[in-house]
Amino acid sequence: MGEVIVSMKNIVKTFPGVKALDNVNFELRSGEVMALLGENGAGKSTLMKILSGVYTKDGGTMTIFGKEYEALTPRQAQEVGVAIIHQELNMCRHLTVSENMFLGREKVRGITLKNSEMEAEAARILGDLKIDIDPRQTVGDLPVSKQQMVEIAKALSIHAKVLIMDEPTSSLTAKEIEELFRIIRKLRADGCGIVYISHRLEELAAIVDRVTIMRDGQYITDGIFAEMTMDKIIANMVGREIKEQFPRVSCTKGKKIFEVKNLNAGKLVRDINFSLYEGEIVGFAGLMGAGRTETTRAIFGADPKTGGQIFLDGEEVKINCPMDAIKAGIVLAPEDRKKDGLCTKLSIRQNLALPNLDLICSSLGVINSGKEDALCEEAVKNLLIKTPSVEINAANLSGGNQQKVVVGKWLARNSRVVIFDEPTRGIDVGAKVEIYNLMNKLKQEGIAVMFVSSEMPEVLGIADRVIVMCDGRITGEVMAQETTQNEVLKYATEFEKKQAG
Amino acid sequence: MNEKKQSTMKRLLATRGMGAVLTAFAGLIIIYIAFGIIDRNVFSGQNVMNLLRSMSKYLLIGVGQSYLLITGNIDLSIGSMVGMSAMISATLMTMGITPVVAMMVAMICCLLCGVVNGVLVGKFKLPPFIATLGTMFVTRGAAYMVNNNRNTDAIATGIGKEAGDSFQNFFYYGKTFGIFNTFWIALILFLVFFFLLSKTRTGRHIYAIGSNVDAAKLSGVNVVYTTIKAYLVSAVCACVVGFILCAQAGMGNMEAGNMYEMYGVAAGVIGGISPLGGTGLLLGTFAGAAVWQTLENGLNMIGAQVGIQRLVIGIIVVFSVLLDVVVRSGSFKKKAQ
Repeated sequence: MGEVIVSMKNIVKTFPGVKALDNVNFELRSGEVMALLGENGAGKSTLMKILSGVYTKDGGTMTIFGKEYEALTPRQAQEVGVAIIHQELNMCRHLTVSENMFLGREKVRGITLKNSEMEAEAARILGDLKIDIDPRQTVGDLPVSKQQMVEIAKALSIHAKVLIMDEPTSSLTAKEIEELFRIIRKLRADGCGIVYISHRLEELAAIVDRVTIMRDGQYITDGIFAEMTMDKIIANMVGREIKEQFPRVSCTKGKKIFEVKNLNAGKLVRDINFSLYEGEIVGFAGLMGAGRTETTRAIFGADPKTGGQIFLDGEEVKINCPMDAIKAGIVLAPEDRKKDGLCTKLSIRQNLALPNLDLICSSLGVINSGKEDALCEEAVKNLLIKTPSVEINAANLSGGNQQKVVVGKWLARNSRVVIFDEPTRGIDVGAKVEIYNLMNKLKQEGIAVMFVSSEMPEVLGIADRVIVMCDGRITGEVMAQETTQNEVLKYATEFEKKQAG
Repeated sequence: MNEKKQSTMKRLLATRGMGAVLTAFAGLIIIYIAFGIIDRNVFSGQNVMNLLRSMSKYLLIGVGQSYLLITGNIDLSIGSMVGMSAMISATLMTMGITPVVAMMVAMICCLLCGVVNGVLVGKFKLPPFIATLGTMFVTRGAAYMVNNNRNTDAIATGIGKEAGDSFQNFFYYGKTFGIFNTFWIALILFLVFFFLLSKTRTGRHIYAIGSNVDAAKLSGVNVVYTTIKAYLVSAVCACVVGFILCAQAGMGNMEAGNMYEMYGVAAGVIGGISPLGGTGLLLGTFAGAAVWQTLENGLNMIGAQVGIQRLVIGIIVVFSVLLDVVVRSGSFKKKAQ
């Protein structure tokens, strides 16, 4: 392990009304992968944004490569050798790979751009990392995993020696994560210092050397990863012992509520048949792109179906648009909170009321604010949404609380089927448990729960029955308590044989 | 050698947005031939010359507006700047001031407006629609006030007759190599701005802030300067169009350039420039301006009323974007399968 390259001491940062960082200490050495851990809102991203010049600190000292810096702009940070790969990838989708890599520091001859030279250098850097991408390709056409590789290549092209990765694996498949780790190991061997922020604690062992733990804007502890137990890490992050990471309640399986027959919608939803029963949570496992999200969208009527029938309590329901599904009592908490789940510029109150306006409006369509208040109050109370007021914008909530709003807006209705698509993505351990408890509560109330998740441990830990999809087909069905991860993975990789010739 | 040529050709065809440009040019040819079949005079050399000349105004306005559309913004003040430029230059010329000085004064005023637009949108983050709506009224007001709420007298009279004539010849009535000067001026400016957008760092930054302003900022792009530069381009274009209108009329008209900002949007959009920013090629704007003018010219030749002309043009604008949307969603579906 090398010398200290970044040292941040007693960093303070205040946002209007919130003390985001309170005397935080952080240290990074060359040739190591440092995990920065903490719940949502712990201040990890804020700390890293100060290091990369996006924010300016209010107090404390920051030393990078032995030189003390008061305030940095993103550009200065890059020049010093600090690069950040943001959680929401920050690329110009319309520009090519090489254009993105050299954005802001294009090579020019006089006033004309030296495109071929930039492309050659981009190709060289990508080649060094053994990443197979054509530098002339438009970034928007690449899958997310490749876009991320481009961001890493971009960081290397500015000779970054400090690389910050904020949730780099949150949207990658297992294979892509392996590829990412290969690149991280290479960078570490080259002497880079890497800050690794992730909520997926189970992947830390594969890559991390040391950890720094933060909670509520404060520095808690740091140490060598190998010397810490997972329980200790979680206890430090959450500030309390979490008794069960996957609380399970047992119910007796009741009558059949919901059935899908021969559902077809495009290439990723083919001949889907399954049923949901009272008192059980059915997990949907599979790899990224297996067609699970597409299936939920087709059921909900968000995407057109080419065939199939849907039965609720034994009667067929016709669903052509989400409105039909909602009226029938089938609701969907979608995968992408910010894109599909919330109107981020509206308040929590408006978000909670949106799908329930029919319940709280008078016959003339005037909103009854008393009923609206009652609805919001109940949702905030039942779901433990942590917010100073229901009037603040949904965008200002942490990921976990946003997810609760997404779920909460559906629970005011007497739904029969609730579909959760990746409900715990990007939220912290504590909030995850609250979401699990919520699903358990629905299960106890006799509501059919469909639970789509790419995280194998939680599917096996929470669901009663697991349906596995691959390539748009259901490839297996297992009982969660009788199966192993390997068995699920076997089904999840049962790709169709490519036809010869 | 031959191989290399082929690869540049291939690369050109693979350029983003080239499809929309080719569609627009194809549409242009179809429209032109269709009118030509109805009325042979459409093909006459005289008509082609006139077509090129009247297209120049739309081309310049389109280029200016396209710069803003690509950054994801809009400039509603272009048309009023045209009027202001025409009024300032005409008023000064009727006062006997030489055209060069008059033009410089007008240009400075327009550039100032461009800077104001750019600062309001880039630095103070005003919605471009609102900021330029404001400057639109201000510059139109200025156009009225320049000559005390009256149109100017003819610029080529009295002591300034000779200078006024040469101004009118230079911008409108004269020809070089058999083609009206107006077209040459528009073409040269088009090529300059084409180069600026496709080959220089500034151009790259203009696409970048239109595509993802946050990413551009985090990559060290100066968003404020880049926005100002884009508004300056539209100011320059508007100013030159003002000179052309002034030369054409031989006087300053307070209402000159009315609605031109929207013609600019139409030319850009027909040529495949996305009003959402980040995509589009100036070649498309060229095609769009040509389509627009060919339609106007052709409908005139076959004696269609103004009402019909507007109606057809409106339909073409919506249809060209609709086509783009349908084609894009179609190709997207294919990719997904």
